[in-house]
Amino acid sequence: MFEYAPAPESRSVVDIKPSYGLFIDGTFVDPADGGSFKSINPSSEEVLAEIAEGGAQDVDRAVRAARKAYDKVWGPMPGRDRAKYLYRIARIIQERSRELAVLESLDNGKPIKESRDVDLPLVAAHFFYYAGWADKLPHAGFGANPQPLGVAAQVIPWNFPLLMLAWKIAPALAAGNTVVLKPAETTPLTALLFAEICQQAELPAGVVNIVTGAGETGRALVEHDGVDKVAFTGSTDVGRAIARAVAGSRKKLTLELGGKAANIVFDDAPVDQAVEGIVNGIFFNQGHVCCAGSRLLVQESVAEQVLDSLKRRMAQLRVGDPLDKNTDIGAINSAAQLARIRELTEAGAAEGAERWSPPCELPDRGFWFAPTIFTGVTQAHRIAREEIFGPVLSVLTFRTPAEAVEKANNTPYGLSAGIWTEKGSRILWMADRLRAGVVWANTFNKFDPTSPFGGYKESGYGREGGRHGLEAYLNV
Amino acid sequence: MTATATSARSDLSELGRSETALRTFLHGLPGVDQVGAEQRAAQLGTRSIKTTAKAQAIDLAIRMVDLTTLEGADTPGKVRALAAKALRPDPADPSCPHVGAVCVYPAMVPYVAEVLRGSKVHLASVATSFPSGQAPLEIKLADTRAAVEAGADEIDMVINRGAFLAGRYAEVYDEIVATKQACGDAHLKVILETGELATYDNVRRASWLAMLAGGDFIKTSTGKVPVAATLPVTLVMLEAVRDFRAATGRQVGVKPAGGIKTTKDAIKYLVMVNETVGPDWLDPDWFRFGASSLLNDLLMQRTKLTTGVYAGPDYFTLD
Repeated sequence: MFEYAPAPESRSVVDIKPSYGLFIDGTFVDPADGGSFKSINPSSEEVLAEIAEGGAQDVDRAVRAARKAYDKVWGPMPGRDRAKYLYRIARIIQERSRELAVLESLDNGKPIKESRDVDLPLVAAHFFYYAGWADKLPHAGFGANPQPLGVAAQVIPWNFPLLMLAWKIAPALAAGNTVVLKPAETTPLTALLFAEICQQAELPAGVVNIVTGAGETGRALVEHDGVDKVAFTGSTDVGRAIARAVAGSRKKLTLELGGKAANIVFDDAPVDQAVEGIVNGIFFNQGHVCCAGSRLLVQESVAEQVLDSLKRRMAQLRVGDPLDKNTDIGAINSAAQLARIRELTEAGAAEGAERWSPPCELPDRGFWFAPTIFTGVTQAHRIAREEIFGPVLSVLTFRTPAEAVEKANNTPYGLSAGIWTEKGSRILWMADRLRAGVVWANTFNKFDPTSPFGGYKESGYGREGGRHGLEAYLNV
Repeated sequence: MTATATSARSDLSELGRSETALRTFLHGLPGVDQVGAEQRAAQLGTRSIKTTAKAQAIDLAIRMVDLTTLEGADTPGKVRALAAKALRPDPADPSCPHVGAVCVYPAMVPYVAEVLRGSKVHLASVATSFPSGQAPLEIKLADTRAAVEAGADEIDMVINRGAFLAGRYAEVYDEIVATKQACGDAHLKVILETGELATYDNVRRASWLAMLAGGDFIKTSTGKVPVAATLPVTLVMLEAVRDFRAATGRQVGVKPAGGIKTTKDAIKYLVMVNETVGPDWLDPDWFRFGASSLLNDLLMQRTKLTTGVYAGPDYFTLD
């Protein structure tokens, strides 16, 4: 046996303060009513820091600061000068990427190899990419002189805390808006470190404001009268509530919500790579991915072989300490999320689907869930319809390409889909018929700042990334 | 096992009898997606192997080295020195294991055999008009028999890439079968020369062809063309031996050769073996490195782990 010795990344590279205030108008301030909550490490339940809880007064203060910065500094500033700040932020993120990666893994529970090799490179790439647009907006295809919207209220989820921050802040700032951002209550730390990076980059005060808190803070933010634009990534339920709240107002809205993506494997697929794609599709980031390939649709004639290969591959997944460089699957982000995953998987078993997990030892403390697949799943099962948002794959079979399309589209969601086949013509035929914002062919979970991302149906509206992502922050 | 899982064992042994059956079978193997295979190989390359795991990996890698010299300038003196090093790679440390084998040209086999006699180090010889394989079959077989008679217990043959690329699979198959026969009891390693096969689909087909024809090992390269062993090529070959065992019950070894120079590289290969085919292949009987300069780097890293300091290159023998 070849046992890998522990290879932990050092946590001393990042300095976590015992408590954090709100980042408003360029400085950290205490909240008006002094409330706070704790952010914990989901792999150990250890408290990492005390975080200020922003109330309505704090949100108001932040929106005013953003408005002032928009009117006086950031709005009038030439695009090339805004670009300089964005490039500077991008470079500082690269320089401090190890620190940010460790902090992300501590606060979120994701394995260090993902925060180091996926999240952080993409975060920097997003800032670099949108920095390039800041002085070229007249060439973006939205008219000769497109104007920013004003103050953007941005509420982001806990699955990719810093990456979602980058997806929101980089295009908003490039287009000339100022922002008030609320990170998720379980993962505020990298956003607060990003606030320090804004100070380090000497970004003018008020251009970026970060107000921490939970649902009530977010509600106060999106409902604030001084906000011109609302951007939200998170659950479909909250997205609906936000859509209702801003309906009839001048606020422009983009939503990136849930998904229940089909990963479709045909009988002529490159099997070994398809299995990698299935694993990456559902177990990447513990399945806490809105575009996760959570429904495997496999052609019935190869289902047994593909499942055998998948199970063999799953037995190699290393679950454990997120800071160990060899960990493939880290901790579930919170007790609440773990309870939701348990509830849905228990429903799956109760409804008659067959459950399988590789033998794997889970740590005693913290929130953990073994990688799991359900076979014998039908379209009627809850685990085939509801977003689990965890390392749980539902396996369904199909007989013909038309049936694959029908099953893939038979969901209220429409964020992403994957197709595995060696036949190019079939890829194009399928892509034309799949109602999903992103269709991956012979790959999965590939992201790039130049590529627009967003959903059909209840997966939301608007696009983030690419030239298309600018539209959400311009008056067009 | 994938597309061939349902093929019964007897079916596979019949394949070589017909060009059409062989072609249909090889072209029916699942394809390899280049981007995906390279991505998987790169991912495995990011494993962090430290402390006790590293020490274990280094000793295993030393035991897997086929210490090789394949030069026109090889002399009895040169190969004797190499064989001595194979027996005791680190004269300063008796706990250092011996290598897997010494690999030389047929003409050098008798000199190596004298040194290795009575030891557990195998004696491999390249044969079949290495490295091009462009000679009449009779000459290739005579080459093989001569090497075995001179004392080689492992034969590294080259496949006929010209015939393979021209689609004459039966010709390649028959040559391997004939060479295997000429080997007698000696183990047969079949060199695919993957750098000349160019695509991963070809690597997978050639791997199956070599296994179907009776090869005991499949080996990537001669080391004589610009592209030698790579991680993705080795990954595709490992998947092939895994699937072949699932289909037939017979285990075949894998030998990447050429271009593997550092301990870091070697450890990446061992991680790949571990996570693709598992511990059954983590043994010198089933996995080898065809290399020359790799050994000294392994020895340097080994010394570093035991003493805590790096010794200069002058402390390791150059043979």
